[in-house]
Amino acid sequence: MGSTNSTLLKIPNVEVLMQETGLKLVAEENCLNVSPAHIIRLHDRFKALDKEGRGHLCPHDFGAIKELAMNPIGDRIIGAFFSPGKETVDFHTFVKILAHFRPVDKDRPKEPNSPEPINSRSNKLKFAFQLYDQDKDGKISRDELLQVLRAMLGMQVTDEQLESIADRTIQEADLDRDDTISFEEFRKSLEKINIDHKMSIRFLR
Amino acid sequence: SKLSSVFSLSLSLYPVIELNHHVISVVPESGLLIILGFILGGIVWGADKAQTFKLLPPTFFYYLLPQIILDASYFMPNKLFFSNLGSILIYAIFGTCWNAATVGLSLWGCYEAGVMGNLDIGLLQFLLFGSLIAAVDPVAVIAVFEEVHVNEVLFILVFGESLLNDGVTVVLYNVFDAFVALGGPRIDAEEIFKGIFSFVVVAFGGSFLGVVFAVLLSLLTRCTKHIQIIEAGFVFVVGYLAYLTADMLSLSAILSVTFCGICCQKYVNANMDEKSVTTVRHAMKVLANGSETMIFVFLGITAIDTEIWVWNTGFILLTLLFVFIYRIIGVFLLTWMLNKFRLVPIEVIDQVVMSYGGLRGAVAYGLAAMLDKDKIPEKNLIISTTLIVVYFTVILQGITMKPLVQWLKVKRAAHADLKLIEKLNNRAFDHILSAVEDICGRIGDNWWTRGWNRFEENYISWLLMKPKARKNRDYLFSIFHKLNLEDAVNYVSEGERQGSLAFIRSDEVANVDFKKQFGSEFTDVMPDIMVDMSNYELGIENFSVTSIVKDTIPSVSLDIHGKDRKNVADDINAHHLLQQHLYRSRKNHRHKFSRSHFSINQSEDEVQEIFQRTMRSRLESFKSAKMGVNPAKKITKHHKKDLTHKMANGHPDGTDHLYGDEEVEGLSMFLSCLIEAGIENPVFLPAMDSPTHSSLPWLMETDAVAPSQRAQWRLLWTPNRLRRLAPMRVSTCSTDSFLMADLEEHEEKPQTDHEEEM
Repeated sequence: MGSTNSTLLKIPNVEVLMQETGLKLVAEENCLNVSPAHIIRLHDRFKALDKEGRGHLCPHDFGAIKELAMNPIGDRIIGAFFSPGKETVDFHTFVKILAHFRPVDKDRPKEPNSPEPINSRSNKLKFAFQLYDQDKDGKISRDELLQVLRAMLGMQVTDEQLESIADRTIQEADLDRDDTISFEEFRKSLEKINIDHKMSIRFLR
Repeated sequence: SKLSSVFSLSLSLYPVIELNHHVISVVPESGLLIILGFILGGIVWGADKAQTFKLLPPTFFYYLLPQIILDASYFMPNKLFFSNLGSILIYAIFGTCWNAATVGLSLWGCYEAGVMGNLDIGLLQFLLFGSLIAAVDPVAVIAVFEEVHVNEVLFILVFGESLLNDGVTVVLYNVFDAFVALGGPRIDAEEIFKGIFSFVVVAFGGSFLGVVFAVLLSLLTRCTKHIQIIEAGFVFVVGYLAYLTADMLSLSAILSVTFCGICCQKYVNANMDEKSVTTVRHAMKVLANGSETMIFVFLGITAIDTEIWVWNTGFILLTLLFVFIYRIIGVFLLTWMLNKFRLVPIEVIDQVVMSYGGLRGAVAYGLAAMLDKDKIPEKNLIISTTLIVVYFTVILQGITMKPLVQWLKVKRAAHADLKLIEKLNNRAFDHILSAVEDICGRIGDNWWTRGWNRFEENYISWLLMKPKARKNRDYLFSIFHKLNLEDAVNYVSEGERQGSLAFIRSDEVANVDFKKQFGSEFTDVMPDIMVDMSNYELGIENFSVTSIVKDTIPSVSLDIHGKDRKNVADDINAHHLLQQHLYRSRKNHRHKFSRSHFSINQSEDEVQEIFQRTMRSRLESFKSAKMGVNPAKKITKHHKKDLTHKMANGHPDGTDHLYGDEEVEGLSMFLSCLIEAGIENPVFLPAMDSPTHSSLPWLMETDAVAPSQRAQWRLLWTPNRLRRLAPMRVSTCSTDSFLMADLEEHEEKPQTDHEEEM
């Protein structure tokens, strides 16, 4: 593991990063040092995306990923990497965002005072919520929902149909009748869905 | 005569079976074919009182098997295969050895315990039997997994294992055959060492030979520019040659063909004419399907023969038991070890499917039939047992495989009635997940793959690919990118020189003419979408009729039941709409390995649509950010409109900033996307005279671009039907273009000068 350690050291602030994101360096009981490989792998990917070697990514770099153009909400997801006002993503942020998609650690000991891990169910849902809630007011308004629906539905669906779907969707989820979906309502409506499975990438374990 | 009559009979029954999809979905095709073989065998036996049709090993090994293997390897997903190669090798080598050893030894143990009665058989013969029954069969695996759609990693593990274990099987078989001939006492360490050494030679020799033939094939196709009509034939001839040569040299023939197919794929597809590529694919499928059919039918026919059947309850039942159990144990053991080293661990469910999918097939039978009766007196018993094992795995396990997979999957995903919001979010999560996977780069960009890619690009492709094909790979886009960058800078400076409003005030419309680009296939899907620029400035308010009508519907209705009815109907409608029209995520598009279909992406229209919408929205947001106009603000109110203005609506302030300051990069990005979308904006076009305009080669519908483009880019990122990438890069300064340089080699100089300027 000597070579991996030396590669790791080249990545700035790697210990802080690993602690924050939960990608552990220490060997756990059942698996050998798998995780450092992930950080290295992500770093390689980061460097590959950052074609001009600037040390950070801009939207254009994400735009160059051809498969993302094939994704109806691809551009929104690109947007999620960039904090409001910032136009670049450094490696630290890159990994932090991707760490949302680590599978949930089922056997993590519950420490009462530690902050919730970044890949907890709640944080995954927050990530998804932010994709809908573009103006970051903590609620999904009808308009925002319409935009998402429009992006995800084929062109054959007419506007009236779209509106009808949006109305019903809000009706189903909106408990306090304010015609918007707050994060709590969002979370509640998705109780039955296995978020851990649907929003996890296995190789980020 | 008889042969032809039987075959015509069987082939005519085949479509009848195919028509009954319900049957097919329960019983795998291979099972049905075996049963058909029983029937036919019964007919022939009834007529002749003896089985005159047998599957002779030479027929099988020389005429029926090679094309199946060639087909499998030609369509092998290489990236997936090589990224899992380590695991596949472990399963193939150690798994097969484990199976052979344990089955052979256990049976011998039981024999010594007296369970099987009196047989003229010894330890070595048991081991020989173990080695021929151990191998998982590629034909059977393809046939059964056809019906069961498992995830791609699982499929490649089982399938790869079935292909690569031939190396081990052949060696073990030959070694034990030789040992049996030598006799027990003469086996010593030297012989065992020879055996291991022969494994190395056979396996690596076979693979190396395959690679040699792949290189030969690629070089051949590189030089066939003037004999395009027969270049398709070369693939089959050289493939078969690889098989025969390996067999002649006593190397592993299956491995040879496998690696020939795997290595030549890319170059052959790039070098050959589009039509030849299509020809090869179709012919390959025909041959492979035909052979497979015949193999299974023959397997059935061979059963109806009183001569070969020797029944020994203990032997047969114990064999079945051991084969089944040791497969499960072997898989779980190996996987436990592998999971320590794999980045993506193999789950328990996958392991169950893998062990259950260890099907034996015709290869085992062929090897059994090749046994020498003199040296192995119990040959008939072995053949009978092999046949029964084959029938058991193919028919029984084949039938129960699909229900098993479904049952296991159902345990993980609840299929309760989902509400609208759940359905919507389910799909959204799928999209999010595939996007994040794409961002992470699923295969991984580690040093090895990048190093290999560089090496391959620079040296191997140079050798094996036609220069034109090579040039047209990614060079196309990187050069476009650079040239468009320059255009973009010119454009912006031009626009700013004339005042930024020049762009907006133009009364011209930017014609997004998808029809022109993608041909008539998409006219019904993709209407001409016109972006009317003047609207942004003047803020024209367009209402649609329906919006007015909707506003006049009273919100309070006295007809309570009517409202309920309407609600229910609306509810059903909404669910139905979501079901029908939600875009499928790319996860669902993944490789569905199939004997009969080889188009990877079934819903090209949908992908097309998404791609174009994304590009348009990027264009919109870029323009609005660049030109200081924010159409989003103006048009939010008017979202009840026709589709054309939808995209403008899609980007509130947050994302506008996205493309703000990275002027050049942003421009080049959307311009490069525009290139694919075929946008003709008169603002872009220079003031050129029409004659010059029409004489520009890239504006003519010629086959200037290497026609096998399509073959090259089967993958998703560019639509399949893109016949020509119309380079809308129209330079104001010179007429040099990438394509022109392509047509006339001596004009490359101006292009390289251009590049050097960057």
